Amino acid sequence: MLWFILRRCGSAVIVLFLSSVLIFLGIRALPGDPATVMAGQEASPAAIEAIRHEFGLDKPLPAQYVDYVVQTVTGNFGRSTQDQLPVIDILAERIPVTLELSALAMLVAIIVGVGAGIVAAVRRGRFADYVATGFGLAGLSVPHFWLGLLGILLFAVTWQVLPASGYVPFTEDPGQNLQRMILPALVLGTGFAAILMRQTRSAMLGALSADYVRTARSKGLPEVKVVGAHALRNSLTTVVTVLGLQLGALISGAVVTEQIFVIPGFGKLTVDAVLTRNYPVIQAVVLVTVVGYVVVNLLVDIAYAFLNPRIRLSGGGHD
Amino acid sequence: MSLLEITDLRVGFRTEDGLVQAVRDISLTLDEGEILALCGESGCGKSVTAMSVPRLLPPDTTELSGSIKLDGRELTTLPESELRRVRGKTVSVVFQEPMTSLNPSFTVGYQIAEVLRRHEGLSRQGAAKRAEELLELVGIPAPGRRMKEYPHQLSGGMRQRVMIAIAVACSPRVLIADEPTTALDVTIQAGVLDVFRDLRDRLGTAIILITHDLGVVADIADRAVVMYAGRAVEQAPVAQLFAEPRHPYTLGLMKALPSAAVNGRLAEIPGMVPSPMSDPDECAFHDRCPRAQDDCRLSRPPLERQADRHLAACFHPGGGK
Repeated sequence: MLWFILRRCGSAVIVLFLSSVLIFLGIRALPGDPATVMAGQEASPAAIEAIRHEFGLDKPLPAQYVDYVVQTVTGNFGRSTQDQLPVIDILAERIPVTLELSALAMLVAIIVGVGAGIVAAVRRGRFADYVATGFGLAGLSVPHFWLGLLGILLFAVTWQVLPASGYVPFTEDPGQNLQRMILPALVLGTGFAAILMRQTRSAMLGALSADYVRTARSKGLPEVKVVGAHALRNSLTTVVTVLGLQLGALISGAVVTEQIFVIPGFGKLTVDAVLTRNYPVIQAVVLVTVVGYVVVNLLVDIAYAFLNPRIRLSGGGHD
Repeated sequence: MSLLEITDLRVGFRTEDGLVQAVRDISLTLDEGEILALCGESGCGKSVTAMSVPRLLPPDTTELSGSIKLDGRELTTLPESELRRVRGKTVSVVFQEPMTSLNPSFTVGYQIAEVLRRHEGLSRQGAAKRAEELLELVGIPAPGRRMKEYPHQLSGGMRQRVMIAIAVACSPRVLIADEPTTALDVTIQAGVLDVFRDLRDRLGTAIILITHDLGVVADIADRAVVMYAGRAVEQAPVAQLFAEPRHPYTLGLMKALPSAAVNGRLAEIPGMVPSPMSDPDECAFHDRCPRAQDDCRLSRPPLERQADRHLAACFHPGGGK
C-alpha cells in the first residue's frame, strides 16, 4: 500500500514538472517583450537592457526556468499588474472561497446524486426511478447561468428568503456566509448531482444483478445490507472516478456561478485576470489549477486502492 | 414425513414475449441426510426448481404456484422477512460460479462471519473464530491467513470451498448445490464432492445437487430426478437408475457420457428442446425419441411407477440398457 502511494506520488511529481515547463514556455512564447513594455515606448536600448538584466531575462532559458521554479516554490508569484498586490496574497484570499463553494456543491451532489442513484437502481422501472432519471436529465441539460438566475429570482426576489448575491467570509459570520453560499452551492451542485445520479444508478444496476448480490441474498441478509454494503461497495469505484473527472467541470462551473452570484472566488479571479491581461495572475491561476487537478487525481487513485483490494494488493497494476 | 416436500410446483417468468414456463408440475421429496440429484440439460428447469425453495428468483417477474413444505412449514406463502431467517440458516445455497459468487470487496473471513453474525447472533470475534474453523472444515490450508485474503487471491477450487463454508456455516437442514463442480478442474471436483459427503455424514444435511454430469450423480447422489423441458421424466435411486434407465431421455444422457462412447464417438441426442413458451398435450421428448409412436403425440405420458421407488413418464419405457 505504501509502495503504491509512493509510486502515485512519483508520477504526480513528474506531471507537475512537465506542466510547469509548459506554463513557463507558454508565457515566454506570448508575443511582445515584457522588458520593452515595462520600459515604455520611448526608452533607450540601455534602459531596456537594464530591465532585462534586473528581471533575469538576459539569462539563458534553462537558467530562467530554474529562477521561476525557485520563486514559485517559495511562494513568489510576482505582483498583479492591476493593483500591484502580491499574487500570493490574492490567491490566499480567493482560493478558500472557491474551496468552500466547491466543497458545498460536492456535498450537495454526493448526497442528492448518490442517494437518488441508489433509489433509482433499487426501484428500477418504477415511479421513483422515472422521477430520478427525469430530474437527472433536466439537471444535466440546464445551464448553470440560467439555473442561477432562476434561483435568484425565486429565492431572493419572489420569496425573499435568501440574499441575491455577495459574500461574507465564514470567519466573520458563519450564518451569513452559509446563507449566501447555499444557493450558489445548489446551482453548482445540480449538474454534478445529475451526472453522479446516472453513474451511480448504472453502477448499482450492474452490481445488483451480480452473482455476489445473489449470494448475499442467499445468506438471508436484510435488503439494507445487500444494497448498502454488498452492492454499493462495488459501485463506489465508479462514483469516485466520476468525482475526480468532474472536478474540471466544477472549476469551470465555479467561474460562471461566481460571476452570477458575485462571489470573489478563484473562478471570478480567473475571468477578471484574463479580461485585464493580468499575466502574473493568469500564470499563477493556471499553476494552481494544475496542482489542484494533480492532487485530486492522486487522491482518487488512493481512494481506488482503498475501495478495490485488487489494486491495493497488487501494488497498482490492474489484472 | 419428509424433510422437504415439493408438490405440483410450477414456475414461470414473465417476459416481453409472454410467460416462459420453466418448471411444470414438479413433485419431489427430500429426506434428512439424503443427497438428491436434479439432472438434465441446460434450461430443463433444474436450477429454477431448486431456487424456488429459498425463493431466490426475481420477485418482479416470477410466477410460482404449488406447494413447498420444509418440516411441514409452507415456504411459498412465507413473507419475505420470515424467509430471510430461513435463507442461509435452514436452507443455504452453493452457486455455480465460484469466480463471481463471492464479493470482491470483502475478505473471505468477513463473508463467512457475516452469515454467522446474522443467524447465530455471534459477536465479531466469535464469528471470526468460527469462520476460521469452517475454513478448516472445508479443507482450506492455513485458514488463519486465508481469513484476511480477498477472493481474487484464491483459486477457483478454494473459492468454491469458501462458498461451501458460507453455506454450511449455520448447519443448514437443506443445502442446495447448483452445479458446484462444473466450473472446477476435474482434479478439484472430487475434493469438493468429498466435502459434501462429509457434511452429510457429520451433520445429516440433506443436499439437492443440481448437475448435468451423470458421473457426479453416480459418484455421490442417493436418488436422482431427471428433468426434461420443465418436467420430471424419471425418478429413481441412483443404482437403479443406472442399472435400468426407463425413460429414453435418461438413456440418451447416459449414452452421451464419455465412458459410454462407441468407437471414440459420443452419442448425441438428436433434435432440439421444445420451446418453453408452448405446452401442447404431448410427450415433450417425442420428436427426439427413437421409441416414439403415435400415442406419444396424442397425450402426455404421466409420471408412473415402474418399479419400487422408480418413476418414469413414458408410454414405451425401456427395460434396461
